[in-house]
Amino acid sequence: MPTTGTPTSLSQGSRTSGGIGESTLRPDGTLKVTGEFAYSSDMWHDDMLWGHTLRSTVAHAAIRSIDIAEALATPGVHAVLTYDDLPAPVKNYGLEIQDTPVLAHGKVRHHGEPVAVIAADHPETARRAAAKIRVDYAELPVVTDEASATAPGAPLVHEDRADHHSGHVPHPNIVHRQPIVRGDAAGAAARADVIVTGDYVFGMQDQAFLGPESGLAVPAEDGGVDLYVATQWLHSDLRQIAPVLGLPEEKVRMTLSGVGGAFGGREDLSMQIHGCLLALRTGKPVKMVYNRFESFFGHVHRHPARLHYEHGATRDGRITHMKCRIVLDGGAYASSSPAVVGNAASLSAGPYVIENVDIEALALYTNNPPCGAMRGFGAVQACFAYEAQMDRLAAALGLDPVEFRQLNAMEQGTLMPTGQRVDSPAPVAELLRRVKARPLPPEQQWLAAGEEADVRALPGGLSNTTHGEGVVRGVGYAVGIKNVGFSEGFDDYSTARVRLEVIAGEPVAVVHTAMAEVGQGGVTVHAQIARTELGVAQVTILPADTRVGSAGSTSASRQTYVTGGAIKHTCEAVRERVLELGRRKFGTYHPAWATAELLLEDGKVVTHGGEVLAGLADVLEDEAVDLELEWRHRPTEAFDLRTGQGNGHVQYSFAAHRAVVEVDTELGLVKVVELAVAQDVGKALNPLSVIGQIQGGTTQGLGVAVMEEIVVDPVTAKVRNPSFTDYLIPTILDTPTIPVDLLELADEHAPYGLRGAGEAPTLSSTPAILAAIRNATGLELNRTPVRPEHLTGTGTDSSGTGTGTGGRTAP
Amino acid sequence: MDFLRPASWEEALAAKAAHPTAVPIAGGTDVMVEINFDHRRPEYLLDLNRIGELSEWAVGEETVELGASVPYTRIMEDLRAELPGLALASHTVASPQIRNRGGVGGNLGTASPAGDAHPALLAAGAEVEVESVRGSRRIPIDDFYTGVKRNALAADELIKTVHIRKADGPQQFSKVGTRNAMVIALCAFGLALHPGTRTVRTGIGSAAPTPVRARVAEEFLNAALDEGGFWESGKVITPSVARQFAMLVSAACNPIDDVRGTAAYRRHAVDIMARRQLGWTWEQYRRGGHPLEGAA
Repeated sequence: MPTTGTPTSLSQGSRTSGGIGESTLRPDGTLKVTGEFAYSSDMWHDDMLWGHTLRSTVAHAAIRSIDIAEALATPGVHAVLTYDDLPAPVKNYGLEIQDTPVLAHGKVRHHGEPVAVIAADHPETARRAAAKIRVDYAELPVVTDEASATAPGAPLVHEDRADHHSGHVPHPNIVHRQPIVRGDAAGAAARADVIVTGDYVFGMQDQAFLGPESGLAVPAEDGGVDLYVATQWLHSDLRQIAPVLGLPEEKVRMTLSGVGGAFGGREDLSMQIHGCLLALRTGKPVKMVYNRFESFFGHVHRHPARLHYEHGATRDGRITHMKCRIVLDGGAYASSSPAVVGNAASLSAGPYVIENVDIEALALYTNNPPCGAMRGFGAVQACFAYEAQMDRLAAALGLDPVEFRQLNAMEQGTLMPTGQRVDSPAPVAELLRRVKARPLPPEQQWLAAGEEADVRALPGGLSNTTHGEGVVRGVGYAVGIKNVGFSEGFDDYSTARVRLEVIAGEPVAVVHTAMAEVGQGGVTVHAQIARTELGVAQVTILPADTRVGSAGSTSASRQTYVTGGAIKHTCEAVRERVLELGRRKFGTYHPAWATAELLLEDGKVVTHGGEVLAGLADVLEDEAVDLELEWRHRPTEAFDLRTGQGNGHVQYSFAAHRAVVEVDTELGLVKVVELAVAQDVGKALNPLSVIGQIQGGTTQGLGVAVMEEIVVDPVTAKVRNPSFTDYLIPTILDTPTIPVDLLELADEHAPYGLRGAGEAPTLSSTPAILAAIRNATGLELNRTPVRPEHLTGTGTDSSGTGTGTGGRTAP
Repeated sequence: MDFLRPASWEEALAAKAAHPTAVPIAGGTDVMVEINFDHRRPEYLLDLNRIGELSEWAVGEETVELGASVPYTRIMEDLRAELPGLALASHTVASPQIRNRGGVGGNLGTASPAGDAHPALLAAGAEVEVESVRGSRRIPIDDFYTGVKRNALAADELIKTVHIRKADGPQQFSKVGTRNAMVIALCAFGLALHPGTRTVRTGIGSAAPTPVRARVAEEFLNAALDEGGFWESGKVITPSVARQFAMLVSAACNPIDDVRGTAAYRRHAVDIMARRQLGWTWEQYRRGGHPLEGAA
């Protein structure tokens, strides 16, 4: 197994300072840590109004009437809008299926659904006016899980479905279903020496970004609107907003404002249409900012899931087959559920060679909160389950869990369950080897300081619950596979405009894309690419807006790959133009202009040997080279609806974790001591940034292992903990040391050989921690997040927080 | 909402008398959360931040006179020796920023069963000095908590000072939450040994409608320690005694299932905390030790 990559093909300019491969600093970093950065919620416009949303207080109800008279009469209120006020024939929106009403029409389908919007001259006035709107709800029975959603006579969340999935789903309350069949799972099961089955439950995680949904809509003189908003994909928003406003897309001009985190939660619209409607109605700028409570209702969450798995293996440790059924709860609206289903199904076998599979994944319509995109996107839930299965299989065979995984690890050339060949490095066994080879952190670190226990190093931390009593260490491993980029035949392109000109005697590159910088560091990396390709020190990244073509979404680990690829591609074209200019002006002075491969470095045209032919300033003079080009990665195919076969994905991304935990086994409290990661990133364009991504993803995986869960009441379908008091995310005291081992095995199909990196670490972190807790406690733990009551046998059955059913081992 | 800003304690009392619905605000730890979440919209806010004496403390012979607004940070840093249980509890309050603002008066005013200071105050023994234009009175901590988020204050009274008995023996405090910092209590427990009176006192948080003492457990342990001559001999407490004590502490709980955890878990966790703390405090007493300082 090679541990270093094949040389990445730097097209040129590797000697330019601040180019790719360097840990250049983020332009927004200092501003953010000093509190100076302007987030979307900080925007201000003279004369602006404040928008507010009235949301349903029940999960499923017919709306008999809405009385807005008193609210509208409140002094300071400029507008109160309901469904009846929508200006265009299009009244719904949605990423893939337009099933989401802009404002509730006759019924609400989940707790917190928007019913009316108000604009007032003060946010408190708007809130008080909202409280005066009288909505007469006639409550309807709710469906909250597979059993209730598909029972005979179950209420349909969406009647009269006509979307493109409605024809092939077995029940109208199933959004989409994707089977994958390959080989002969039943036949292979007969050859298995051991068969292990398990049922797993994955709780509803929230993206928990810190900057709440917010934006500013400014009506324009041409009857259009300018919208400044924190989002993940400007052009996708635009396509959904304009039809509902009854405006052509060119009259809705969008500009990205400061985004305080996204993680998938800003793929769907929040305040965009509401803010524009209010601005167009009142003729005034309208600002909307959700508070933390509303934010929990203002975006989709990660799909909670129930997963059933069966694996078989021969005595010598080879996996014979896998059968699984993954049921995702999509909640009341489709959002990106169909794509999440495709991911969950196609990645359900994990990074292993399994020739015989029988897979089914589906997403339900229920009256629970809508679920959609979140970092890891369907692959997270599957990884939690298949990695638990790997440990059980290894135990059933009496094999070391890491060696067992290595024995079955996929590599370059392996076929996926979809029949797609993995055609770039897949160093699964090597990643596992690396995390396992790392020395373990010292035992009992709480005693290191002196005679008294340092409670900060113990489960419970400063809460002072143990001085070492009941504390047991556990170690666990996991590895995962994530796709990169949009899949299943989606035209996943990006656009970049690059301008090269001379300003005050210095060559300057201006890069303009619609890429949403959501904190991932895209603007840093994009500037590095331009420096490398154009050999200039000064690069200006223009604000992202819709005056340039779509960059696609900041999700699916894709922006460095796709928009980075678009910038590289456009820079190459700009470079060719510049060299043409140079040949025209100076070609006769030096034969190398005609014969040699020329580079742009340090503001000069040079030969490969380093001989300077001309300065860029002299080549360009007053001329600017300015190009806007689209760029696409290799196309993908849809999965066959019956067999799941198809080259559905662009690229795969792999990470492995070793978790070391200390569990207070009496109190059921967990301290994660260390989370070691090894990940192949193909090429680290900015090592500091990519390590930050990996540590962040790892921590988000930790959150859903031990604390993060939106709790939905199974009877009322109402959210019980919409606050950071009760929806807990890890603090720095919960975050362990995260040593990161970067591999750079180039993918020859990708720009610079890079591999999308942002999501893979979110997958394997959670199952590694679960495995470590199982190792410490001996408990089965088929559910995440693990709560103290699961570790102490003090749970209740009714709340769905039980430890789940156990697996059984066949002889 | 009117914002009243008295410049002196007397003005504050007068304002509270004139506007009995006024909600006092000092650090704002609880009040601002309730306002931000729209859980309450008080007619008046009574800002106590201009009254400097509320942020002062004095260490006397028997007690510490702790101003209602003395921030938790000061208790952690300056009163560890005198109030070790409360200092440990202060460490668990929210974040450093909030510990710089919040004080015990707020915990008492809100009287939430989840307030971190309560178990330590119950275990140490304290009196809450409250005042109104009608006069001043001291409410024993055992009589202070009257119901869920209710206390013994009259509508015109303000909390001025908490008189807390100085530690005369080891004290401990623990709290269970589902993360390692900045977490609201799932349940909490405090224990104080009082060798001078040969008694122990306890405090339970978040496991009953109000903060409570486990009186049956205290009486059991007082008797067991007395009968066995443990205070004099300093010998190791019999495991069965420790188990029985912990069980009785747990039995004093009256918890509920809620979104943070189950009643069964709370009973279980209080049992574990009580057993561990008895071990820690007694070990320290045996060593003739100085009041145990949490190693934080």
